[in-house]
Amino acid sequence: MTPLAPIPLRRAAAPHVPLLSLDTVWFQVAGTLCNLSCSHCFISCSPTNHAHEIMRRADVRRYLDEAADLGANDTYFTGGEPFLNREILEILEDALRIGPATVLTNATLITPARAQSLAAMERSSRYSLEIRVSLDGLDAETNDPIRGEGCFDATMAGVRELARVGFNPILTVTQTWGDAEDRALRAEFHEFLRRNGLSRPRVKILPLFRIGREASRTRGYATEEFLTEEHMRGHDPWTLQCSTSRMVTSRGVFVCPILIDAPDARMGQTLAETLRPFRMSHGACHTCWSTGASCRN
Amino acid sequence: MNPTRVADLGVHDGALAALGGPYSNHVALRAALEDARRRGAERIVCLGDLGGFGPNPGKIYPLLEAFGVVTLAGNYDRSLSERLSDCGCGYTHPADNHFAQISYDYTNRNTTDAERDWLRALPELARLRRGGRQWLLCHGSPRRINEFLWESGCSDAFLERLARDANADQVLCTHTGLHWQRRLPSGARFVNVGAVGRPANDGTPRVWYAFFAAGADEAEFVPVVYDHEAMAREMEGEGLPAEFVETIRSGWWTTCLEILPAKERARGRF
Repeated sequence: MTPLAPIPLRRAAAPHVPLLSLDTVWFQVAGTLCNLSCSHCFISCSPTNHAHEIMRRADVRRYLDEAADLGANDTYFTGGEPFLNREILEILEDALRIGPATVLTNATLITPARAQSLAAMERSSRYSLEIRVSLDGLDAETNDPIRGEGCFDATMAGVRELARVGFNPILTVTQTWGDAEDRALRAEFHEFLRRNGLSRPRVKILPLFRIGREASRTRGYATEEFLTEEHMRGHDPWTLQCSTSRMVTSRGVFVCPILIDAPDARMGQTLAETLRPFRMSHGACHTCWSTGASCRN
Repeated sequence: MNPTRVADLGVHDGALAALGGPYSNHVALRAALEDARRRGAERIVCLGDLGGFGPNPGKIYPLLEAFGVVTLAGNYDRSLSERLSDCGCGYTHPADNHFAQISYDYTNRNTTDAERDWLRALPELARLRRGGRQWLLCHGSPRRINEFLWESGCSDAFLERLARDANADQVLCTHTGLHWQRRLPSGARFVNVGAVGRPANDGTPRVWYAFFAAGADEAEFVPVVYDHEAMAREMEGEGLPAEFVETIRSGWWTTCLEILPAKERARGRF
């Protein structure tokens, strides 16, 4: 019997994930513009990245109305840095009128006046306003090489302003460490937040996506990491955030917050046009699939 | 997985009591059932999560039967009956899951095969008609047994859609452990009936259930004072975590807090 010739490695067809329910609508409210240029940023945001532009309040409002018409539950506002958007406070007020909202920020632009405004709008809404603050280390020596010189002090000043007006921001950290250290580090994060005036510390750990600037910092995805129908057999689609959410940017509606640089991840101009399955053909899809992670709180 | 079982409870216009989450707290459950009967409830419904948190889960089932309670399965009950490895509460944070696992392992260890069979027979949803309106009774949400419907975390638009998709004018749910109700712009109403097994994170050991006077759609939330010290001592005797016992005594939640939205979290001590 002659041995079989090796079959050339070809990628099997990517599986589709259905949109089970449009529960969550994200807004790339500051586009890809950021006052920082973190080395692990999966969409390579920076002060000069105009791939997605800052969104205008009127445009956000149109999508908020459509989201409510479609029965969506909550909204998330991210960037880039949302507080680079001069209309961010008005936009958050619009969002809180229709449902719970979360804003993801590096907190470096949270002034005392802005913190006060956020607290006032939170108090007058029946819905929760969550503030998530990104950080990558518990001191400048570990944080600033990833996020930029002086970033640690500026972020912690913002966190203290938020704590002073009564917010309990969720510290969001991208997991750049191994699972072995995970438990000890989480405990350290909690202790650190307590020391900084947050008596009930909240921490969210996000997995690392090997795209954008991160792909060149460490590595991109390997061929065998791309999802196939086999991966989805018996996998609960509710655990994938693309089954319950969409991302709005200045360029239209995308499948999720992670893939806004991928042309095929743009699914339409309106939310209604995107109420259909998405083909999970990206390496990043493997991270959501394998970790069960969601960008939600 | 079994297809969803829906119980049809027919027409019910009389006084009605709805309670959720006994969580093995048989002392509080008995007090709530007696209170509901005293108030003249002609029917009592329990929206599930019979075990967890408290001691000796087997003490719950005879109470529900003795009071003729119409009982739905919660995620806890489904996990036990299907012999799953965790409670399926739907927590996403490791700290929440850590304590949830302790209580599930204890409850699972102390559940008999006969009790699992009893749990397996429970419906997951129930419908009734009241004053010409369709009521849907569920554990988490009409669409998912372990979905958390928090007061500050649910938009009107979302609740309207859930009610519409379930063909319901009124939805009763539990799962979060905190009671609230909201009448929506369409006239539909959501009532989270709270939990009788654990205090409502308000600094008092009271637990809560929902009472509907004859013909009423609006819930009256009823606080129940019970012998929480007896429950605390029984929990200690069973070696349950001190954090759980502290909650029974103080009324403040000490565990499974990461799932709370900002407003609900801010109201508690921890």
